Amino acid sequence: MPFQRQGLQGMSKFQSVEFFKKKKNEYSLLPFRFERLDNQRRVLTNLAGEYLVINEGELKAFVNHALEEQSDAYINLRAKHFLVDEKSEVAKELLEIKLRTKYSNLSEFTALHMFVVTLRCEHSCPYCQVSRQSDDKLKFDMTEEIADKAIDFALRSPARAIKIEFQGGEPLLNFPIIQYVVEEANRRKNDKNVSYVIATNLALIDESILKYCKEKSIQISTSLDGPEDLHNNNRPRPGKNSYEKAISGIKMVREHLGVDSVSALMTTTRSSLNRVKEIIDEYLAQDMEGIFLRPLSPYGFALKTKSFKAYGVEEWNKFYEQGLEYIIELNKKGVAFKEYYAATILAKMFTSQDPGYVDLMSPAGIGISAIIYNYDGVVYPSDESRMLAEMGDKSFRLGNVLTNSYEEIFLNEALLGPIEESFAYSVPMCNECAFEDYCGADPVFHHGVHKDFVARKPESQFCNRNMSIFKYLINRMESDQFVKELFMKWGQPHA
Amino acid sequence: MLKLHGNALSTNLKLGNHSLLTVTRTNCSDKARGSYAYLMNGQTPDSGYGCYLDFSGRLNNFSSIDGYLNLPVEMDYLEEGDIISVESSGHTNVVFRRNSPHNTILLTERCNHYCLMCSQPPKDVDDSWLMNEAMKLLDLIPKETGNIGFSGGEPTLYGDDFISLIKKAKLSLPNTAIDVLTNGRRFSDPKFAKAYADINHPDCLLGIPIYSDDPVRHNYVVQADGAFDETVKGILNLKKYGQKVEIRIVIHKQTIGRLVETCEFIARNLLFVDHVALMGLEMMGFTRANLDSLWIDPLEYKDILSRAVKVLNAYGIRTSVYNHQLCLVNPDVLPNYVKSISDWKNEFVDECEPCLRKSECGGFFSSSKIHRYSDNITPFTSLSHAK
Repeated sequence: MPFQRQGLQGMSKFQSVEFFKKKKNEYSLLPFRFERLDNQRRVLTNLAGEYLVINEGELKAFVNHALEEQSDAYINLRAKHFLVDEKSEVAKELLEIKLRTKYSNLSEFTALHMFVVTLRCEHSCPYCQVSRQSDDKLKFDMTEEIADKAIDFALRSPARAIKIEFQGGEPLLNFPIIQYVVEEANRRKNDKNVSYVIATNLALIDESILKYCKEKSIQISTSLDGPEDLHNNNRPRPGKNSYEKAISGIKMVREHLGVDSVSALMTTTRSSLNRVKEIIDEYLAQDMEGIFLRPLSPYGFALKTKSFKAYGVEEWNKFYEQGLEYIIELNKKGVAFKEYYAATILAKMFTSQDPGYVDLMSPAGIGISAIIYNYDGVVYPSDESRMLAEMGDKSFRLGNVLTNSYEEIFLNEALLGPIEESFAYSVPMCNECAFEDYCGADPVFHHGVHKDFVARKPESQFCNRNMSIFKYLINRMESDQFVKELFMKWGQPHA
Repeated sequence: MLKLHGNALSTNLKLGNHSLLTVTRTNCSDKARGSYAYLMNGQTPDSGYGCYLDFSGRLNNFSSIDGYLNLPVEMDYLEEGDIISVESSGHTNVVFRRNSPHNTILLTERCNHYCLMCSQPPKDVDDSWLMNEAMKLLDLIPKETGNIGFSGGEPTLYGDDFISLIKKAKLSLPNTAIDVLTNGRRFSDPKFAKAYADINHPDCLLGIPIYSDDPVRHNYVVQADGAFDETVKGILNLKKYGQKVEIRIVIHKQTIGRLVETCEFIARNLLFVDHVALMGLEMMGFTRANLDSLWIDPLEYKDILSRAVKVLNAYGIRTSVYNHQLCLVNPDVLPNYVKSISDWKNEFVDECEPCLRKSECGGFFSSSKIHRYSDNITPFTSLSHAK
């Protein structure tokens, strides 16, 4: 008997074609990640790093495809590209553009080129990683031959605009090589846009140097750790007058080069911890537009002298949040003042443009955002990695400008390896972290502390510190309209 | 409010339908006269003009002249260089006023939107004569004209003819900036966007509405399914080709709820637009029919307006607040506040009488004055903006 074909309708295992047609009002989830903000609230981030805060119940309904189409949560999730339904499918195209914008800078890599023109310094800061008290110019100064090669490297960068930063030691101790680099780079730069900055403690600044800076449009970056006693304590020099030198130097620079031509960096030591308001007030007194509240980095002498371990993440976070609260208060009173670390993170929260800050980049900013040419021609992919090398960890040594080609340096496994390994999008825990877009890979920090480019994130101070800042910033914005507007302004690349 | 069109009180016209004539009071050569409308001055005029303008029959002793056109007195503002379109019946449209910075040329009344607050309700008729007239008009408008607008209906429904119009505007009026009001949907077709971009007009701005970051709400306001996606894609295509785009948001009860979110959406997704206009409601067309579901007193939403403006300002997007009265916005909006209402529509109400800052204020649409305006108009008794 021939096989009797049974009608499909009779076989209950099979669904009718209607079943496979999409039901009305079904939605699809777009890629997103989430994190607890507190007991009730969850912060969600979409593929382009835009965040949305909803409550736990809404999140559960959302992922179970049970969210009511008329609800505010549904409308917000659709408008911010967490879900698509048949009402609109433009989300994917918009996400694509935002993501492309975010990574568009990568093709223009290495904007910052640091030249360590000497390791010599007349300061003897306990937290300093690299400087030497020496008069031996031959031993610790960059030569013209090395500078020449480094200029070649800098001008070969795909970046259309590059910045050359003169570092030390105290770079003004070797001013002739600064002049040499500026003259040579300007002569050879063709259509590349090259700007210059000298990172100096200003103790040795004088009229003739400033005249030269003015002529060549060179900017100045200096160190200011806070009020006089704190600053001088942190930054000893013969005469115990580092503060006085810095303040009079800032004044002098402004008179010659203009108010905006000088910026300052601070380092937080144990003795800074309970003085954040005074530190900020000092910056205000010096007419600075903002401050970069910066923890000690775990490199160099900082580690050796135990000043790094002198405070932990919690103490740091308390210091940082106190500082930020004070700055918010100032702004509420009408005093415009900004915190630059927050501003960097906020730019990632509010825009698709990556600010290009080395520590907060993934793929890591080493080599991509910055490169450093040491006095002896050795190349490292960031300031921190040369400090690590000074401590004996030479993992990031990329070669020497005297003996290696550009290709050998930039294709060195010592650079590509850590960049690939630490890429946060594929790193355990980072890949599922809601804040991955705001954070960075920082293989140098992790190798310095954990001897591993990735490390276990729950043990990472970098991770703990930043997670806490991300949540704090979002919480602060969500609870105060003024803060949201202020932070939105801080987060703009043109601001 | 200026009367921009009117039926003739009496005529002795010998013209074809929709004749475009330039108003003049100076004598011109025989050959050219046929394309001019002569403003009579009481003297016996030369013969041969396209028509002879009189108002309320003041000079009706000339009514037997061939081409006599007697218009209502409200139109006696017509001046040298203005351009009128005269129908054979004598109905006259003023299509260009030389001294106005707000000349807008209507291209069609057809539209693929049916906006709740449309001031120019669409009609499904073949009015392509308007396009023909606009093409001719481009030859008559003086070369030194700073700006003209094209509006509808939806001008891009003409497709290739719209492209031809902009091409012609570039050739005929190379120094005149153009504003086009369009819903932008047609530009979601990359070929159309490319054809438009290829004209390479030096100064043509497309004003495109996005009423909400919520696609459903936008589609509801414009009464067209799928409109949001097409408009957004249209803007993306236009900006891909480097064209100037302005986003226009009309503020009313149906859009105010997500106004801040909408501005955030623009900042995150369409940051590259050239300008955003936040506009008060005009009491024309469908707005009056839908007044209950649209009207919200600007006083009630002034804080939301401030927040929306702050978002756009923070992102560095050029932003203007149009069609609002000075006493109904917060002081923080003032840097973006623009006196925008076209001169022929702009008026003040009785409450404004004692106000010391009328010269800074955009005033009211004539239509608002008649039909609905805020109950909270508060004249300034000092020159500062007290909160």
